[in-house]
Amino acid sequence: MRRHPGLFLTIIILVAIVSAVFVYPKGFGAKVQPWHLGLDLVGGSHLVYQIDLSKVAAADQDSVVQGLRDVIEKRINLFGVSEPQVYTAQSGNQAQLIVDLAGIKNVSDAISQIGQTPLLDFREVDQTPSTTQPYIYTNLTGEYVTGAQLNFNPNTGAPEVEVTFNPDGTAIFAKITAANVGKPLAIFLDNQLIESPTVQEAIPNGKAVISGNFTVATAKTLVERFNAGALPAPITLINQQTISPSLGADSLNKVIIAGLVGTLLVILFMLFYYRLLGLFAAFALVIYTALTLGVFKLIPITLSLSGLAGFILTIGMAVDANILIFERIKEELKRGLPKASAIEEGFRRAWPSIRDSNTSTIITAIILYFFTSSFVQGFALTLLLGVIVSLFSAITTTRLFLRTFLKDAPRATVKPTTI
Amino acid sequence: MLNIVQNKKIWFTISGILVGLSLVAIAVYGFRQSAEFLGGSMWEFQIPANQPSLATVQDVFANTLKADGSTVTFDSTNNSFLARFNIIDEATHQKYLSEAQTALPSFTELSFSSIGPSVGAGLKKNALIAIGLVLIGISLYIAFAFRKASRPVSSWKYGWVTLLTLFHDVCIPAGLLAVLGRFSGVEIDTNFIVALLVVMGFSVHDTIVVFDRIRENLVTHRGKASFATVVNDSVNQTIARSVNTSLTLILVLLALFFVGPADLHYFVLTLLVGVTTGIYSSIFIASPALVLLKPKNEL
Repeated sequence: MRRHPGLFLTIIILVAIVSAVFVYPKGFGAKVQPWHLGLDLVGGSHLVYQIDLSKVAAADQDSVVQGLRDVIEKRINLFGVSEPQVYTAQSGNQAQLIVDLAGIKNVSDAISQIGQTPLLDFREVDQTPSTTQPYIYTNLTGEYVTGAQLNFNPNTGAPEVEVTFNPDGTAIFAKITAANVGKPLAIFLDNQLIESPTVQEAIPNGKAVISGNFTVATAKTLVERFNAGALPAPITLINQQTISPSLGADSLNKVIIAGLVGTLLVILFMLFYYRLLGLFAAFALVIYTALTLGVFKLIPITLSLSGLAGFILTIGMAVDANILIFERIKEELKRGLPKASAIEEGFRRAWPSIRDSNTSTIITAIILYFFTSSFVQGFALTLLLGVIVSLFSAITTTRLFLRTFLKDAPRATVKPTTI
Repeated sequence: MLNIVQNKKIWFTISGILVGLSLVAIAVYGFRQSAEFLGGSMWEFQIPANQPSLATVQDVFANTLKADGSTVTFDSTNNSFLARFNIIDEATHQKYLSEAQTALPSFTELSFSSIGPSVGAGLKKNALIAIGLVLIGISLYIAFAFRKASRPVSSWKYGWVTLLTLFHDVCIPAGLLAVLGRFSGVEIDTNFIVALLVVMGFSVHDTIVVFDRIRENLVTHRGKASFATVVNDSVNQTIARSVNTSLTLILVLLALFFVGPADLHYFVLTLLVGVTTGIYSSIFIASPALVLLKPKNEL
């Protein structure tokens, strides 16, 4: 790089231009890959559910949580939200399920559909007249259901839901029905007694017909939910944050304007205070912005409001390394070094303080990333990546600019005060 | 050349008063914690047509919706109302929405959040862990980075002084937020904790620039000048860059504060105060404190 600074500089500028085209939200960049924006910028809902694992054996908890995630994801896909995010998180010893629905119009509908748990279970009926607990739990639950279909009763024409069990469920069902011939078997949906038909004979084929008081519509929804899968564990909504699309758009608009104004102020300051050197820093800053946004989009990072705020902060920090270097160059010039040596010395001697001071920000960002929730994580991630790219930008890009454009003048004409 | 080290009593007094006032404010007023920490509902909305008075809206929440423990405030910067009340489920939210739309025509929901108390407790715990880890991580790093500058002041003392300035820089914006919480109802949330953490990272950033110069000058001036002189020279040599590096961040923060989204308002304010305090402490507190920590028998 020392021999051909111009060549390397051209490469960096070309990469930055490609990156700028790629990140520009309209035209080519949008076609290749659109930006992923957070809920707080496009509007949408962030829902946190508590998963009740009290009835699940410790060894099965992971698979139950995973199964739950898959079921909820399938359900959400049913009502067509673009790119829903469903993930699980551990908060202390509580398992949580987090659902992010971007740009959704009818949140309350979505919430009610996600939350509706077709928690199906079959219970034996204790027919002792004086008992207070007539229903005895069996281990046959919706977990064993593989599918369901809508039927109509051949005699009454009323809609019925026929559920099919998997092999394990079929075996359990056969055993229960065999033990209860002539007795009623209660079917519960979401802990509500649906019906308790009398078992006529053992049922070995793994099919049960539920003929509650369904309308065609309610039977259909139930079938859909069974086909999407029954929830293996109950969930409760403990946290919801909903942001309207208009508020999101307003935030996005304002934060972009603030970013542009901030960048402009930093550039003006650098030009005013460091003149020619400041001009190079300003170019380096523009290149930094294009490259960093390119990295964000390439990964891709979902940009939330706090993420953008973090990025804008790094714009203010990206020139810090430049300032440290320029101040050092000024000192070296005062000591009488020729321009080129002063520049090299400036970079070399400013490096330890640049390294040490940025390390503290990197430590902060990493800790923030691992100890916070999704909204803050966006901030930590953009801050971290921003600081890393800014180190490259301030050191490599600016140095190439200076090496290319500030060749050594004959010694006599060097006036330290002009730089 | 400014004689910063010699006038250290003045600087320590100014800082002592500010930190003292902040601590008193925090102790007396405490922080007003948001629903994010305590659990509860926050509902932001606008009533664009025939905007009613705040009293009318408060009355609707208290008597028509009968929302438990409701308080309503008005934010004039974006003409929106913010109602806070106890945690409710989605069905109640929908009921409130339809009732509010009947009582206040053109009621437009901007955002709604309802957070269970356990979530807030978890967030708070994680935030405190993060603060602790940042403190430990940064001081360990400083002690490591300055391991060569062990005479006449041991590298651990650089770490301690850094922690002292961190405390200083975090205390003052925190005190301000306690005062704002008491008098203008400003609440602290996760963003506030994040802002304090960023202030920490940045405060160190500035302090390191000065310390780095001390480290370098100690090597070149070995035996030629007293520690106090070396420190004072170093501060003077780095004052411009110390101010300028923070100034660029302050410029960006000012842009965010004045034209940025309202949601970030107090996050940015905390940062602005913290970063400004950081400039002061890195120049007027950190270096003189190093001189104070120097053992008496060394030069």
